[in-house]
This record gives sequence, structure tokens and C-alpha cells, in this order.
Amino acid sequence: MAEGKKITTPLTDEVVKSLKIGDKILISGPIYTGRDQAHKKMVDLLEKGEKLPFDVKGQLIYYVGPSPAKPGKVIGSAGPTTSGRMNKYAPILLKAGSKGMIGKGEMGGEVPEALKKHTGVYLATVGGAAALVAKSVVANELVAWPELGAEAVSKLTVKDFPAIVVQDSYGGNLYVEGVKKYQRA
Amino acid sequence: MRQIQVKDITKAVRDLCIDANYNIGQDVIDALKKSLKTEESPTGKEIIEQILENDKIAQEEQVPMCQDTGFAVFFVDMGDQVCIKDGNLFKAINEGVKQGYTEGYLRKSILDDPIKGKNTGDNTPAVIHLNIVSGDKLKISFAPKGGGSENMSEIKMMKPSDGIEGIKKFVVDMVKRSGSNPCPPIVVGVGIGGTFEMCAQMAKKSLFRPIGSRNPDPFYAKVEEELLEEINKSGIGPQGLGGRTTALDVHIEVFPRHIASFPAAVNINCHAARHKEAIL
Repeated sequence: MAEGKKITTPLTDEVVKSLKIGDKILISGPIYTGRDQAHKKMVDLLEKGEKLPFDVKGQLIYYVGPSPAKPGKVIGSAGPTTSGRMNKYAPILLKAGSKGMIGKGEMGGEVPEALKKHTGVYLATVGGAAALVAKSVVANELVAWPELGAEAVSKLTVKDFPAIVVQDSYGGNLYVEGVKKYQRA
Repeated sequence: MRQIQVKDITKAVRDLCIDANYNIGQDVIDALKKSLKTEESPTGKEIIEQILENDKIAQEEQVPMCQDTGFAVFFVDMGDQVCIKDGNLFKAINEGVKQGYTEGYLRKSILDDPIKGKNTGDNTPAVIHLNIVSGDKLKISFAPKGGGSENMSEIKMMKPSDGIEGIKKFVVDMVKRSGSNPCPPIVVGVGIGGTFEMCAQMAKKSLFRPIGSRNPDPFYAKVEEELLEEINKSGIGPQGLGGRTTALDVHIEVFPRHIASFPAAVNINCHAARHKEAIL
């Protein structure tokens, strides 16, 4: 199993500030799922000045739409989806108090600036390693919008969920740094 | 004429959907293991090891290796001596998709309309490409195609004067632009020639070839190898976090072209490069 620095959610600014690109981490505690449609709904609520269906303060949002759980299992396969589709939404959730996101692939737009401004962190977990990631999910509770199916918001309780810090609160970006290091003419 | 019952087609498709999503092909495992020897980035190596571990868990526990169990894409080669009995071929395939995705606990990712859409609830309809061939067999090739890698695809109507160098540049630039998004290490499918729609279809079809297979024409086989080398110099690496292993393979399919046209298409597959076939 993966090794790394252990962190527990909800996160404080101090913990977020201690995370730098390239750090391997193991997350324990609650994380909240959400992807395209759930983000649209969450941002609509925030823009109307209404409350989110859960307390977002200090929390991480996991961009995932799991496959259905087999009988006796907590969750189906649950790897990350491409985060770039949430570029528009992530800064709004960071402003509302979220401490970061878990997904795959580089995040652009206003996201790097928002990570700095609101002391947030973007973590990647291996895309397509969905059966492996699912093993670190110990509980799964529906929070909102069951009609969205795989896209509904759920509270996952995770134990030693493996991730890598890919975009940090200092503007560091492993997608840029890593590729630069191994690029050849 | 040889008769094939629709219920046998449905059963074969149901099993293909589950098998492809639970059990990654040996071609992918071999290519990932081989890449461990050449990968220079420690993070890259760790990611490849995680992918291999993930694929093993999926197989052992009989669960999908990736939660995105894809759009169900089929290439069907139907022998001209085959007669479909008691129903319709496309309906039989869609019924198999419905059964496979429901009974196999696979994710349903299809909206019934691109704009006004709601989830169809059973991952139908499938995308089916039918080809009539000689003989009395029905060959059903299946690939569940994930959205993340499918989104990193492009077709370009190039100029004949762009030549093979122009095509190579288009493919490499496209892969670089895609970066971390299609879940590298990827398989790159390329179509060259034909018409607009046929070119894109060839790029998709090339992804059904096993990793390590080469185009039978030595000229294109060499281009495949050159492109693979060039792409792996990009530094994108596993998951786009830097490294040598950006692509596991490049596959090219070609077709004659109009004197004025020079279409080229790129269709990318993620490392969960699932493809299985059944012959009835």
C-alpha cells in the first residue's frame, strides 16, 4: 500500500500550508463527492446566498462518480474524474471555505489564484486506479441530490486515501514542474 | 445460411461488457510492466505500480478497474452467410449492454439527449459499427470508452502538402495539449485518409488492436514507432506528473483518400485500454 504523510479532514490552514507539490499524502476523515452537475447545483445555491447541503468549511471535494456498489460493499469503483471541467466552480467553493479538491489532471482558469488566496490545495489520486482507491473508503452516506445517480453528493469516510499534492497554496504546479524535468528535445 | 439466435448475441455482449471492465487485457499488463524498466521518474514508477495493483484488485474482486465504464462501442463483422434469427442485431446488442451494465454493477453514463438529457439508466444505446464480411461467423469487438480520454480527441482536414511530417506534428501536438487529462500512460489511435467521418472511425478502430501490434504496412509500422518515441520524449509521463511513459503505443489505420483531401484523426485511450471480442 502507498506511503505518505497522514492528514485528517477537515483541514486547517496550517495543514494546507505544510503541503507542497510532490508530497505523497494519506487522507483520513470525511470527504465530499461532487462532479459536473452537483457543482452546478452547489454554485447556484451559493450565488443565491443559500446554504450548501453540508458544511464545506475545511473540507475536501472529491471529483468522482462511482460505479454502483456490489452487494456487501461500501462503494463501487471510485477513481477521480478529470478536474479541469470544474475550473469554473472550484474557486467559488474555496471562497465558501472548502480547503481543496481531489481529482486528476491539471486545474487552470482561476483555480491557481484561488488556491493562493484562500489557502487551498489540489490533490491528485491516480486516474483509473478506481478499484484500489475504493479500498480506502470505509463509509458512504448520501448527502444530497439522489436523482443525479452517480453524480449525487455523498459523504465518504476514508482511511489512508492515497493522493499526491499537485497544485499547492504557493502557486506550485507539479504538472508543469514534473513535465519540465523529464522533457527531452 | 447459418442462423444465429439473438439470445446468443445478447448473452455474448452481456459477458463482454462485464469481462472487459473487470479484467484488463494481458497486452496492457505487459506494456505497463515493460514501462517500469524505462520509467525514470520515481513518482511515475509508483503510479504505474499503483495501476498494476489496481488492475489486479479489479480482477481478483471482480469489480470495474475504473469507475468510468464507458460508452459501449462495438465493431461488428457480420459474415454474409449469417442470418440473425428471432430478432434484430442492434436490439440484441443493446439488450446485452443493458444486462451487462446492470448485472455487472457497471456505471451508467449515457444521457438520452445531448442538451436536454437525462440518464438512460442502463448505459444504452451502444455505438455500433457494422461491417459485412465473407463467411458464416459473427465477430463482436467491444470497447468501453471512457469520457476523459475520449474528450482528448480531434480530427483535422489537413492539406495534402502537409505530408506525413504534418500528420506527425498534428499527433504529437495533440498529445502534448492533452497533457494529464486522458489518464496517461495512453494509447494513441490515428486515422489517416478516407472521408471526414471515416477517418475518425479508423482512429477509434485502431484502439481495438492489441498494444504492441503493428500496422501490416512497414511504412506505417515505422511511423507508429517513431511517433511513440516522439510522444515519450514529451515528459508528460504517468498521470501527467512527469516521466518517460506518456504512451504505451501508437496505432495507425489508413484508407485511400480524395486527391484534394488529407484528413487525420486522433482518438486517445486511457491506460485502462479495454477491448474484448467474441466470435459466434
